[in-house]
Amino acid sequence: MTSLPQSTETKLGLVIDLDTCVGCHACVVSCKEWNTSNYGTALSDVDAYGAEPQGTFLNRVNSFEAMPESGCSQTVHFPKSCLHCEDAPCVTVCPTGASYKREEDGIVLVNEADCMGCGLCAWSCPYGARELDQIFGVMKKCTLCVDRIYNENIPEEDRVPSCVRTCPAGARHFGDLGDPDSDVSRLVAARGGMDLMPEMGTKPVNKYLPPRLKDAPSDATLEATHKTPEGLFAWLDKALEKL
Amino acid sequence: MHPAPSVILFTTLSGLGFGLLAFLGLGLPPVTGWVAFVFFCLAYVLAVGGLLASVTHLANKKNAIKAFREWRSSWLSREGVFAVASLLVMAVFAIALVFFDIRLRTVGALGALLSLTTVFTTSMIYTQLKTVPRWNMWTTPPIFLLHAIGGGALLAGQPRLAAVSLILLGFLMVWAWITGDEKGLGGTTMETATGLGRIGKLRLLEPPHSGQNYLLKEMAYDVGRKHAQKLRVLSLVFGYALPAALMLLFTVHHTTALIAILSHLFGVAAGRWLFFAEAAHVQRLYYGK
Amino acid sequence: MAMSKNKVPARPSPKVSDEIRQTTCYMCACRCGINVHMQDGKVKYIEGNKNHPVNKGVLCAKGSAGIMQHYAPSRLKAPMKRVGPRGSGEFEEISWDEAYDIAAGWLGPIRETAPEKLAFFTGRDQSQSFTSLWAQAFGTPNYAAHGGFCSVNMAAAGIYTMGGAFWEFGQPDWDRTKLFMIFGVAEDHDSNPIKIGLGKLKERGARVIGVNPIRSGYNAIADDWVGITPGTDGLFIMALIHELIKAGQIDLNYLTRYTNAGFLVNCADTGPDAGLFLRDENGTAQVLDQATGKPAPYDGKSVKPKLTGHFRKAGDTYRPAFELLAEAYMSDSYAPEAVEERCGIPARRIRAIAADLARVAFEEEIVIDQPWTDWKGEKHDQMIGRPVSFHAMRGISAHSNGFQTCRALHILQILLGSVEVPGGFRFKPPYPKPPEAHPKPHAGHAPNQPLDGPHLGYPLGPEHLLLDDAGNPKRIDKAFSWENPFSAHGLMHMVISNAHAGVPYKIDTLFMYMANMAWNSSMNTSSVIEMLTDKDENGDYVIPHIIYSDAYSSETVAYSDLILPDTTYLERHDCISLLDRPICEAEAVADAIRWPVVEPDRNVKGFQSALCDLGAKLGLPGFVNEDGSQKYADYADYITSHERRPGVGPLAGFRGDGSESGRGAPNPQQIDKYIENGGFWSEHLPDDAQFYKPWNQSYQDWAVRIGLFDKAAPYVFNLYLEPLRKIQLAAEGYGDRQPPEHLRAQLKKAMTPLPHWYAPFEQEIVSEEDYPLHALTQRPMHMYHSWGSQNAWLRQITGVNKLFVPGGVWEEHGFEDGDWAYVTSPHGRIKAPVARMDGVNGKTLWTWNAIGKKRGAWALSDDAQEATEGFLLNHLINELLPPKGDGLRWANSDPVTGQAAWFDLRVRIEKAPKGGPSEPTLKAQKSPVGQGPKDVTYGDDF
Ligand SMILES: Nc1nc2c(c(=O)[nH]1)N[C@H]1C(S)=C(S)[C@@H](COP(=O)(O)OP(=O)(O)OC[C@H]3O[C@@H](n4cnc5c(=O)[nH]c(N)nc54)[C@H](O)[C@@H]3O)O[C@H]1N2
Ligand SMILES: Nc1nc2c(c(=O)[nH]1)N[C@H]1C(S)=C(S)[C@@H](COP(=O)(O)OP(=O)(O)OC[C@H]3O[C@@H](n4cnc5c(=O)[nH]c(N)nc54)[C@H](O)[C@@H]3O)O[C@H]1N2
Ligand code: SF4
Ligand code: SF4
Ligand code: SF4
Ligand code: SF4
Ligand code: SF4
Ligand SMILES: [Mo]
Repeated sequence: MTSLPQSTETKLGLVIDLDTCVGCHACVVSCKEWNTSNYGTALSDVDAYGAEPQGTFLNRVNSFEAMPESGCSQTVHFPKSCLHCEDAPCVTVCPTGASYKREEDGIVLVNEADCMGCGLCAWSCPYGARELDQIFGVMKKCTLCVDRIYNENIPEEDRVPSCVRTCPAGARHFGDLGDPDSDVSRLVAARGGMDLMPEMGTKPVNKYLPPRLKDAPSDATLEATHKTPEGLFAWLDKALEKL
Repeated sequence: MHPAPSVILFTTLSGLGFGLLAFLGLGLPPVTGWVAFVFFCLAYVLAVGGLLASVTHLANKKNAIKAFREWRSSWLSREGVFAVASLLVMAVFAIALVFFDIRLRTVGALGALLSLTTVFTTSMIYTQLKTVPRWNMWTTPPIFLLHAIGGGALLAGQPRLAAVSLILLGFLMVWAWITGDEKGLGGTTMETATGLGRIGKLRLLEPPHSGQNYLLKEMAYDVGRKHAQKLRVLSLVFGYALPAALMLLFTVHHTTALIAILSHLFGVAAGRWLFFAEAAHVQRLYYGK
Repeated sequence: MAMSKNKVPARPSPKVSDEIRQTTCYMCACRCGINVHMQDGKVKYIEGNKNHPVNKGVLCAKGSAGIMQHYAPSRLKAPMKRVGPRGSGEFEEISWDEAYDIAAGWLGPIRETAPEKLAFFTGRDQSQSFTSLWAQAFGTPNYAAHGGFCSVNMAAAGIYTMGGAFWEFGQPDWDRTKLFMIFGVAEDHDSNPIKIGLGKLKERGARVIGVNPIRSGYNAIADDWVGITPGTDGLFIMALIHELIKAGQIDLNYLTRYTNAGFLVNCADTGPDAGLFLRDENGTAQVLDQATGKPAPYDGKSVKPKLTGHFRKAGDTYRPAFELLAEAYMSDSYAPEAVEERCGIPARRIRAIAADLARVAFEEEIVIDQPWTDWKGEKHDQMIGRPVSFHAMRGISAHSNGFQTCRALHILQILLGSVEVPGGFRFKPPYPKPPEAHPKPHAGHAPNQPLDGPHLGYPLGPEHLLLDDAGNPKRIDKAFSWENPFSAHGLMHMVISNAHAGVPYKIDTLFMYMANMAWNSSMNTSSVIEMLTDKDENGDYVIPHIIYSDAYSSETVAYSDLILPDTTYLERHDCISLLDRPICEAEAVADAIRWPVVEPDRNVKGFQSALCDLGAKLGLPGFVNEDGSQKYADYADYITSHERRPGVGPLAGFRGDGSESGRGAPNPQQIDKYIENGGFWSEHLPDDAQFYKPWNQSYQDWAVRIGLFDKAAPYVFNLYLEPLRKIQLAAEGYGDRQPPEHLRAQLKKAMTPLPHWYAPFEQEIVSEEDYPLHALTQRPMHMYHSWGSQNAWLRQITGVNKLFVPGGVWEEHGFEDGDWAYVTSPHGRIKAPVARMDGVNGKTLWTWNAIGKKRGAWALSDDAQEATEGFLLNHLINELLPPKGDGLRWANSDPVTGQAAWFDLRVRIEKAPKGGPSEPTLKAQKSPVGQGPKDVTYGDDF
């Protein structure tokens, strides 16, 4: 089933607010924690206490500095996981059919029982959203916590991805981006949500909300109505009487 | 991209092997009997050896068998299908030729076509990747094909054809290098990768992790510019110029052929190493590279 | 694993776990509620507890990595005694009985002869009400926790000025504030609440201004970033005050009602009363009543103070404190133009921020229709809010001028009328609590006797200092001495160096708990290591005995003689008590517990339980019954049965028969009740008690009912801080307790009753030419001090700390990616890897705190990145200032509180040969717990 579905019933995905993300890595570790003991094989860590620890993570946070034409640079923390692309190249390249995009909700998954660990899907992903587990030899990627979001063993309000539930700043939102009336779609519309690398033609489902305008220069000043303490005191007396 | 020895070995050897098979299928050289046997052995060792090398690259080999399933969409799957098809068809042709001295011309022609198609599918695995702009060029399939043809011709003792193909290949390689250099990451930048270009120019402040990971090892391989230039020259001289010159300027006997082939192999390996090492994946932008 | 066999069903619904156990996280001091999912008896997944008052369901990176901490290979396995030299890491495992015997063998004789020879200091724990009780029972005056090197400036300035501090003891009104200014915060203790709050502001589109030399984390998302030069916030804040006062943009109503702005101050130039308040015969401060123009007690029922005018009595002139304040800050030296260069902030920007503060505070006033009654019985129909709020932490407090800077910020808040009002800053119970309501420090000790009272507190004048008859400090850390009179949290960072020097006296046993004092919590780490290993002429260690309780194989373990191994946080009882550092919210009182959600699988014991045993073995009063038997079987027993005052115990919830809150008889089922309730207890404040708490009758009554205090105690804020003035008076020669000559000038300068700015000490002393740059550390949000590196997941995120170099300096020195640098301070030199940053004050270098590790520690391999490339800035910071030429070594601390001045550091940078290892390179310690496994496939079992 390596071909992509023509369309999906819903387009579930994440909306990440770069104006709110403080770069705390909470989503990174929560994702690791949930996914290492749930969907598929564990997310292993090689040389865990040694010189070059190297583990599998499905979500990572970068930090960038953006330098405007004038003024000072801005720091932006930038979480990144699979964007569940509509035109997912990682799916079509897969020779075994292990990679697939679900018709139900558009989630892109790897069926580990079929994966031969060739790595081609990771090569085809522009975003670095797939990591080949070094011990289990299968391709790992964000599952959109498919085993949480419908899970009847979890209270209804918690049926959201682990990273969304944990984000302390509330910078991560989850919902149906195919429904223009959903909260996430409205948020995207209101805040000018954007695609990453649109030129790759992957049509990512996940959207990013750009940072709001920063350091907007203001020239407001207060009028120094009282130049001297004496002036101030004279005014104060009257002002107090009025109170 | 990480120049994994297994993949370099695979593309180099199997390309040669399928190239030779194609020639054998077309009856070039018109060998029979034990001589044909030796030629086929060589071709099969190269092609199958290459394929086996590529299997060692798999992290989960037990599922390799499933690789044939998705031929409708996956070039890697198609490669598998065509490789097996060409090997089988050519086996029929070879057995008939070696043991029964029967030349099944249509089968041979079909085998030759399949062999070259196999090489083409291999090339398409790389060509299709928009994420690696240096591969995602029209030159990639002809380069792979010319490697198979040129190398195959060398092995098949077709000096003219070998020389012509290799010279063409040399030019094409230079062209691909230059356009590849110019293309860079093909308009994809840290700014488009993050959507933050609207603020200004971007710089990585901190990577997402201080240690290694699969992506960094696989996708963010770095090769020094000077080093690359040296390798390009080596690959040009040994891979194409020297063998072509040997083929054109000297009468071809076993020693010149052997020198030409070894030189070609060495040059191609260097070139293939570069093919990977120089190929920059757009993912590296997220690591500020 | 079942699902990997085939494609997952369309709507998969796998079982998540067998059981959820709810307890309190302790991957840091924020103390969030957690749901620990258990499967097959193992911890499978930890998530936030949605009902918990602190985190409301969210969890930080550390919290989610709890599994890796809980199973860390670095965990200590059994009590140990040292068998190799200190620092070698050579230990022998022993039984608990033997451990207690050794400890009692050292401590018993001390208690019988000179209890002060025990110095007991605790670090990152939150059981200080218990550990201090133990220390009091033992009778040593030498007890404190880590607050002195942490943020005592912030705590003390808050308590002294307004009876509550930022820290985690208060919070902005996140739901209503419209303009939020955050000074010098990278993370803070209220990790998750601050992030949740910022998220709320962002959702509403409220404005955030970040004042910080470094633009990362919270400052990265601030709408405006003010990249201030370190140590100059006081100036900047005073310039804001200057602007506001000159424009008359202050809340006069608020000032007259709720502050000491109207208190009459003796304006004589000299004399024993100069600068003190006019008081009546009851000692009540006097104001000029608006109605009569005559002095009247400030708390008189209908008295409304004037803020201007003067009054003469017995030849002295008295003026309202506000006049002095206005004169002080209207001075040209605090004009924006006068401070812009020093602060690195253009005057235009300072003015604009002042204007914005005024606009939002006074033009965007918010009103809640909630009637309430004030302390003078006056009824109000509404609660008026000034929706500007502030938060600050160590960036302004960890400087030698930090106390006054923090005070200045509180004064700014108060002038704007935005403390304890809707939209402003709110206290969390048990705060507000003014300095008068806190205990005074005690150091009265005698052999075989408990101490004469609590160790720590808030002095109100020279009479409360802990000095012997010769005027020398009574405590080993010199807390509450003339060097730092208001050192409310003690000075843990001075203990080892004072003990080593034998000044003010020698000690016998250093007993520490949960503080990595041989590494990242010490200034000048390399010499601290020398002090710990130094021997006297007899070949004995200069600090004879060191007992230490840690849960992991830290650096400090290697320097200790006896190790009491603690459990991990999932394996023990704890209480997060109102007597200690509680977890309340502004609108609710709360406390919580930890309980063993898994039993320890090693021979380890909760430290507090060990103290119960040891206390009993030593026969400490309060730890034995009348028949001499052990009083508390363990910490859980203490938690449920101990009473501090009748009816008031460590936990306030489910008392008596389980239905009583705050006060009530001990309830043996109390812990079970907490477990049933999700690990915590919480009760909302009445609606009319939500704001104006210091002056709100309903709040005061509620607080008495719940047992926070025993009778209503309203008070006013201290714009003018008289206790400081009393210390100044002593320095001027008045009174019978006199400071030593060499300290007089410093006391006069630093202890001004209204905050004034002075340059941080180290900056004053060292030449700007030699050391042109500042160097700072910041906490990574995903690491807790030194604990993070043993965590297989967290160490992958930050296993190396780079030194971030501002773009200008980077280019000036021709640095390139991958370069290394030498950084030199007046105290030493380190070598470190560098990286460029542009969003940083141009004179400031910085790095992540506590990533660098000593080889051999934390069960990491000897070539772990943390040891080969990671580095500690602490090697460059000294607990003493560079010599000034007066023959004295002055403390690198705030002169008011003794706060360690971590961020006063001055350095220079130069290129170093590429490549590691980072320097200084210290000898590896042997790991007493072996090394962690090669690979981790945690989760494969489920
Ligand atoms: N350069 C620089 N240095 C600084 C600072 C700075 O900003 N810059 N900040 C300073 C500040 S504010 C502080 S508070 C200090 C903090 O420094 P420390 O108080 O030293 O904090 P940690 O490094 O966390 O060390 C605490 C110890 O507790 C142990 N531990 C962890 N869990 C448990 C447990 O459950 N039980 C027991 N018994 N032990 C446990 C850990 O293994 C560790 O050895 O650092 C100070 N040092
Ligand atoms: N994740 C995590 N959380 C923690 C801790 C931890 O280790 N990790 N430690 C806990 C402890 S013990 C403490 S004390 C708190 C401390 O919490 P914070 O107060 O946030 O401590 P620091 O990380 O030291 O951050 C100090 C900030 O002040 C800035 N700064 C330095 N000098 C100045 C200055 O002169 N002016 C201004 N405006 N800013 C300045 C620095 O750039 C830095 O951003 O965090 C607690 N929370
Ligand atoms: S948890 Fe939220 S705030 Fe933290 S890094 Fe992830 S998205 Fe950003
Ligand atoms: S982000 Fe990458 S892995 Fe995810 S769907 Fe798109 S291409 Fe595939
Ligand atoms: S690694 Fe696995 S999922 Fe990816 S392309 Fe290869 S077989 Fe498919
Ligand atoms: S949706 Fe789930 S799998 Fe994907 S990044 Fe978030 S936590 Fe990880
Ligand atoms: S902030 Fe994080 S580490 Fe600290 S208590 Fe909360 S969840 Fe645990
Ligand atoms: Mo601290």
